[in-house]
Amino acid sequence: MTATATPDAPPDAAGPAPAPVQKPPLLKPAVRKRLVPYWLLLPGILWLLIFFAAPLIYQASTSVQTGSLEGGFKVTWHFQTYWDALSEYYPQFLRSVLYAATATVMCLMLGYPLAYLIAFRAGRWRNLVMILVIAPFFTSFLIRTLAWKTILSDSGPVVGALNSLHILDVTSYLGITEGQRVLATPLAVVCGLTYNFLPFMILPLYTSLERIDPRLHEAAGDLYARPVTTFRKVTFPLSMPGVVAGTLLTFIPATGDYINAELLGSADQKMVGNVIQSQFLRVLDYPTAAALSFILMAAILTMVTVYIRKSGTEDLV
Amino acid sequence: MTALTRWIRRNLVVIAGLGTLAYLILPNVVVLVFSFNKPNGRFNYQWQRFSTEAWTDPCGVADMCGSLSLSLKLAIWATIGATLLGTMIAFALARYRFRARSAVNSLIFLPMAMPEVVMAASLATLFLNMGVDFGFWTILIAHIMFCLSFVVTAVKARVMSMDPRLEQAAQDLYASPAQTFVRVTLPIAAPGIAAGALLSFALSFDDFIITNFNAGSTVTFPMFVWGSAQRGTPVQINVIGTAMFAVAVLCVLAGQLAGARRKRS
Repeated sequence: MTATATPDAPPDAAGPAPAPVQKPPLLKPAVRKRLVPYWLLLPGILWLLIFFAAPLIYQASTSVQTGSLEGGFKVTWHFQTYWDALSEYYPQFLRSVLYAATATVMCLMLGYPLAYLIAFRAGRWRNLVMILVIAPFFTSFLIRTLAWKTILSDSGPVVGALNSLHILDVTSYLGITEGQRVLATPLAVVCGLTYNFLPFMILPLYTSLERIDPRLHEAAGDLYARPVTTFRKVTFPLSMPGVVAGTLLTFIPATGDYINAELLGSADQKMVGNVIQSQFLRVLDYPTAAALSFILMAAILTMVTVYIRKSGTEDLV
Repeated sequence: MTALTRWIRRNLVVIAGLGTLAYLILPNVVVLVFSFNKPNGRFNYQWQRFSTEAWTDPCGVADMCGSLSLSLKLAIWATIGATLLGTMIAFALARYRFRARSAVNSLIFLPMAMPEVVMAASLATLFLNMGVDFGFWTILIAHIMFCLSFVVTAVKARVMSMDPRLEQAAQDLYASPAQTFVRVTLPIAAPGIAAGALLSFALSFDDFIITNFNAGSTVTFPMFVWGSAQRGTPVQINVIGTAMFAVAVLCVLAGQLAGARRKRS
């Protein structure tokens, strides 16, 4: 590097050109500088356009195609596929939304105390608890989901305890378990979904709780607010961005999930993800799979938009 | 008795939080304990008797270690690809004004707001119709695609919070733009880039749904576990699961120790 180069001189103008005849630069320095962000964006954005956006559009066209594997598929604007898919698989759709919503609420109820604990009460244990929350991320979640098969097995301690307390009788009456078992029932699937997406709830909750100045709690206490009132009027409203982000990060993947329903449920707990997977990979009915996944995408985007508007946190995104 | 109830009431949050923590950790404990099991039959769901057989012969199951090394290879390449492309986008978003900025932002946000199964099915439809052979490359392309947004988010947050005067100071001290970038900008952005890379690695290594649709007959480790849930679960997958958990915890602890030491000196 030459020490004589002035800092504000454009880099390509500094120093004598090695070639005898100095070619004019292809683009003026100012133009080149303006192009920098586009060059930075180009590879990544192209990747997303080709492998994320284009497939979605392509899928929309596949959903209105008819044909066979042998004869090939053609776009025939066959919207009947949507109608057929919906009328045949609407139970799985409703079930997906119901299970995902239940799991999200359970994640919120279970995750909030833990996030609060890490943010305000853990003291010097904070890092250890944080590691314990994140560490399961690094063990294959399929193995961990299979572990639930052991935990909830028919002869295991959990089912035994629930049975002796007659809780399973109540839950069976409510229709979330069946007989004397937990596995292969809605309860097991929702349990698995809750477990799998809990860290996605805890981390954003923790991030927004951690930003709250603890002195606000003291101020509320000084103004004679009971702990419950402090939580309701101060802590919870301030943690709203975390609540919104956490519920989205839990609900969206949970709706499309088919792993928990497959491993912990039975044929009666299949979700829409299971249908898409089997239509695509086993039945090879691509138009139906495309239509179902298009409906799922549209439904989720609509729900998410409405939810963000309602919760008044548009600036979150 | 009143003292006890008062104590419980005051520490209700702690008790509930620890309960959730137990719920999160329980499966890992089960995976650890059952890695020492010697099951009757093909499935490792019920405790029979203690054995260290699986630990002494972790690769004793056909194809499992092959799938594990394939997953590692995929995760490493996906991390490199996504971190490189994502960091570039993050710098463009954090540092420059350009047209179509909001379009770029939504293109980054959408993959994170899309159920995996939708991305998986649509990408596989594209590959299928292009006549691309499913295998290592299709999986890698898909992994880079969904890791990218997470890297952008992590790096952008870090670069945005950086004091621009630091770079100006470097330039005032006659650092060339390249020097400024390597000596000032990059070290400050490094934690964000590292976080993005780490997240990419974890996401890619553990991905099942997108891989399931785009792998063809290639078997990654999560796909091996999925298959074994149907055919019979060897004890060795618990050994691998436990080892992964231990390595992850050790890495995080080592990182924290290093950070604490740097802070002290």
